[in-house]
Parts: sequence; structure tokens; C-alpha cells
Amino acid sequence: MALLDIRNLSVEFTTRAGTFRAVDGIDLTVDEGEVVGIVGESGSGKSVTSLAVMGLIPEPGRVVADRLSFAGRDLRSISGSERRRIVGKDIAMVFQEPMTSLNPCFTVGFQIMEALKVHEGLTGRALRDRTVELLDQVGIPAPESRLRAFPHQLSGGMNQRVMIAMAIACNPRLLIADEPTTALDVTIQKQILDLLARLQRERGMALILITHDMGVVAETARRVAVMYAGQVVETRPAADLFERPRHPYTAALLDALPERAVGRRRLPTIPGVVPGIADRPGGCLFNPRCRFTATRCCGLRPELEPDDTGATRCFFPLPAHREVTP
Amino acid sequence: MPPPPRCGAAAIRLPFPIPYPPMLRFLLTRAGLVVPTFLGITVLAFFLIRLVPGDPIEVRVGERGIAPERLAELRHAMGLDQPLWKQYADYLGNVLTGDFGVSLVTRNAVIDEFLSLFPATIELAAAAILFAVVVGLPAGVLAAVRRGSVVDHTVMGLSLTGYSMPIFWWGLLLILLFSVNLGWTPVSGRLDLLYYVEPETGFMLIDTLLAGDTDAFRSALRHLVLPAVVLGTIPLAVIARMTRSAMLEVLGEDYIRTARAKGLREKRVIGLHALRNALIPVVTVIGLQAGTLLGGAILTETIFSWPGIGKWLVESINRRDYPALQGGILLIATTVIAVNLLVDLLYGVLNPRIRHAR
Repeated sequence: MALLDIRNLSVEFTTRAGTFRAVDGIDLTVDEGEVVGIVGESGSGKSVTSLAVMGLIPEPGRVVADRLSFAGRDLRSISGSERRRIVGKDIAMVFQEPMTSLNPCFTVGFQIMEALKVHEGLTGRALRDRTVELLDQVGIPAPESRLRAFPHQLSGGMNQRVMIAMAIACNPRLLIADEPTTALDVTIQKQILDLLARLQRERGMALILITHDMGVVAETARRVAVMYAGQVVETRPAADLFERPRHPYTAALLDALPERAVGRRRLPTIPGVVPGIADRPGGCLFNPRCRFTATRCCGLRPELEPDDTGATRCFFPLPAHREVTP
Repeated sequence: MPPPPRCGAAAIRLPFPIPYPPMLRFLLTRAGLVVPTFLGITVLAFFLIRLVPGDPIEVRVGERGIAPERLAELRHAMGLDQPLWKQYADYLGNVLTGDFGVSLVTRNAVIDEFLSLFPATIELAAAAILFAVVVGLPAGVLAAVRRGSVVDHTVMGLSLTGYSMPIFWWGLLLILLFSVNLGWTPVSGRLDLLYYVEPETGFMLIDTLLAGDTDAFRSALRHLVLPAVVLGTIPLAVIARMTRSAMLEVLGEDYIRTARAKGLREKRVIGLHALRNALIPVVTVIGLQAGTLLGGAILTETIFSWPGIGKWLVESINRRDYPALQGGILLIATTVIAVNLLVDLLYGVLNPRIRHAR
């Protein structure tokens, strides 16, 4: 049985301008100890999906799903107190902006200890020792003296390490990292990713790595789901996806990687932006930006069709043996 | 209402480093800034009252008239015949040595008159601000958490009403209802004539307790309630609105989502993680309001015949009692500066980013 099992999950926000589906019927399973990457541009619904799992969708958002279960427990029907026992303990999350995700009024020690106190019931010496140990594990030098530091006294990278320490404090079975490196310097990004990968290996926890950076996924994830406009458009093992993308969107994302564009004068881009509330097209949601759009793409919406290694949501998937050409 | 400055204390930069711990340095910097403020107040207090036509003697003489020689004699005795800059220099010199002069009317030392009346004003202002905080803070938090609900609209509607209501009219309404119709509270004064309490501290609530007279204490409390509510109404409205907007801003912050993601109870998320941050601007507002109350209780003191500084200052203006006025204004200003300094310190305690600002 999968650790996290999501079937046909949708998240809707009703505003005066109408109802907007930020997440539109996605399926996702994550097994115990598995690393899954979710990739897509800004606005494709990656973060909203993870917030839905955490039960953190703000008003007036509405979450509907055929199945939304974690370790056999239905997250749709549990009470608030039951959810609080899972969230922060068995499922934990690391957010994008370390500088704003930590409370500026409390020391980092306090903020880590808080989770341990609530979920593990630790107090006094044991609580303190465990917190120091956690800070040490995430590679913070002189952890003893950092307990009393406030977030503004630490760098972005250090704060992200604190966030990670906070998230892994109660030995979660699933860690969701939502763009954990986007706000950081390039040199720090690598360190944080290595740290996440190491912690995942050592603890055998499942990891969902959300990012818009294909390069990040390539190094870490075993399986990848590519999201576009709230839908999963392609999913398959990382190696297959990078070698032979079938969805034109995945292919375009890969083409936009600088390391794949060696020898070209200009980095290829995808024209346009992800459709928002007002400009959702009929048919395939990617049709206004796709290089291969046909008449059919504009009238019918494709389903996610399984193939030999994964699944693609496209009427005209790219051939399995394709050369990347300009 | 303009938003309060959020980083006033943080913006201070000294051209030279002070080798002291951050908190002490913070204090010294703030104290240093008090000096020019203080000088400015002496200038205003001294010259503004002299712009009003009629000096103390002319006002006292009124329409009876006075012989020019006698007028010159009295003016000389009071030092009013000196050039203005000389008068100011003398005044400043005296103030710096702690001498606030003698009232031209009562011949009492200004500092003594002030100190005998000030506790009444402080007692009233403290009760008013206590009322405003105890009611306004929870109301603002509730309105923010239940944004757009009936509770929110009620709180905001009431606070707008309170803010816009003329103080004297509101005071008279309350007197009419509670004192005249219901007979729950006395109309004026600080204590029933039945009781006499030795003024140890000048604070009626404390003095009655010290005297061990619970009936007198109850009487003092009943006298205090209505004026405190009237004086506290505007601060209450301001605090409620400020708390609401500060909470709304904070509730949208990433760290609130982090707190929820830790599996904390909503009570803790709001009451600790959100409120602690929202308090920073609210405390500034409370401080500013407290300062205003100390000097601005004039209307309330007049309506309720509260024997405080406000009433005394108005009387001094009418008599052109220059020393009393100058001393009174300066002493009140000093208190307000002290309160603001206290608020700045509290601000540093609440906001670690300021405590460590270099």
C-alpha cells in the first residue's frame, strides 16, 4: 500500500471572478521511502497540491478528492485534532522562503523545540539535547550557541537548515520540500539539496521534492510528475523522463535547461504563461503554447494515458526515440 | 488614521560606535535624542503663552485699571520688564537646576502644585488605558480572526462610532444613563464626602486600600469607572482597529503557515505566533495614546470635576500664570517622553530585530 495515495484531487478557489481550479483532478502516489519530484512552472498547482495534503489550504479554498489517504488514514474525514497529530509529525513540510517562514519573534531553538514538545512530549534537558542534535544533523556549526539565535541573525541558507531541522524533528515518514532552494544562492542550493538527499537516505523517509528546476529533480528524484495548469501532464521514472520525454511540455522544459542548450546562441523558452482564472483554453490546456497543436487539441481535453514506462496527457505524444532538435 | 512608524528606533544611526551592550546603547541613543525635544518644548511653552494678549497683571486687574507706576513696579517684581531672551535664559537656567518657579497666583511652588494634582490624572489615564487595552485588544483579534463576519462588522462599526464621538457628549450621555437614571455611579469627584483618606500616594485606589477602608475603596472605584470609560473610548477604538489590521497582516505571513504545519493548535497559532508579531505596532499605538491621555484629559476632567492636571492647566491659561503653565507643560511633556521611551524599550523587547539593530 502506498504511503500517500491521492486520486482525482482538485482544489478550487471561488472568487468574485468565478471558480478557479488550482489543482484539477491529479493522481499521485508516494511509497514509503520513495523520492518523487513534482515539476512545473509557477502557477501549475504544485504548492497547492502539497498544502492540500497538509490541510493548509486557506479559505475560501475547497479540496475534493476520490481518495486522499496517508498510511491508510483518510485525510478527508479526520478531525482537526487527529490531523494535528499527523501534520508536523508524520508529514512535515519545508517551505520556499526560509527568511519569512520562520517566526521573527522567536529564537530558532524555541521554534524547533515547539514541535518536539507538542508531538513527542519532550521537556527539559532531553528536549534541549535533541534540538542541539537536530541542528548538528542539518549541518549548523556550533549548534549549542545557535539555539538562542533569532532568524534575522542567520543567513538564508542557515534558516533553511533550521526549517529542515524543524521538519525532521519528529522523524516524519513523508517530507514535502516545496521549492526549498528557490530563494537561495546557487552555491547554497546544492548544499541544501545534498542535505535533503542525505537525510532522506539515512532516515528512509519518503520525500516529495517540488521545484520548477528540472536540473534539481534530475539529481534527486526517482520518479517525476510534471504538472501544468493544475494537471499532471506526464509522469514516469526520472531516467526515462529525462532521456525520452513524451509530452511536448516536458520536452520544452528540458530544452530550456542551459546544460542541454550547449552550442546554441539563445536558450529556448516556452512562449506565454500558465493560464490563469480568465484565460483557460478549451481542449488541451497547453494548446496555446504548444509547438505541435492540432485541431483536435483545441476541441477535446486529453486524458492521462498510460504507456510503457509512465503516462502522458497528450493526443500526439512525442515518439519514444526522439532526438532533441531546435 | 496613518499607520504608526514601524521602525522609528531602528533608524537611529550614530556617527561613532559606542562600545556598550546593545540594550544600553539603545537606551543611551534614545536618551540623547530627548535633549533637543526637551529644548523645543521649553521654547514652545515659554513663547506661545506670551503670544496671548494680556500679561498676568493686566488679566488680574481686569477692567478696574491700574496706575502705570504700580504696573511697572509689579512687572519689575515678576521680572516681566526684562528683555524676552533674558527671561527665557533665566527660565531655562532655573529649569536646568530643577527650579520650576512659583505660581504668580497662588505663590506656591509650581512643582508642588503639579505633584499634588498629577496622581489624580495618572490614576484616571491608567484606568482609561487599562480599559482600552483589556477590551480593545481581544476585540481586534476576534475581528481579525473572524474577518468579514458579523463579529468583525460589529467591532469595527462600534469602534468607528467610538472614535468619532465627541468626548463631552459621550460623557454627558453616560452620566445621564448611569448616574442620573440608574443611579449606579456618582456624577463627579473622586470620593464620597462621607470618607476621608490620608493622601499617602495620591492615588485614591491605593490610598483607600492602604487605609484598609474597603467601603472607601469601592466608592473611589465607582467614581473612577465612568471617567475612565469616557477617556478610554477613543484609545479603545484606535487599539481595536490597529490590532485588527496588524493581525490581518500577520495572519497572512508565511510563518503562520509554518506554525500550522507543525500541527499546533489554532489557539496557539493565533495567541502566540500571530499576536506576538501583531503586538509590535499595537504597542506603539498604545504608547502614543497613553501620552495623549496624560495631557489630553482636560475635557474629561472638566465634565467629571476630576481634580487633575488638565483642569489646573486650563485655569492657569486663563490667569496667564506663566510659571505654572511653563512648568506644567514641561512636566507633562517629560512624562510623555518617559512613556514613549518606555514604549521604545518594550518595543525592543517585543521585536528582536530592533534589539539587535546596529
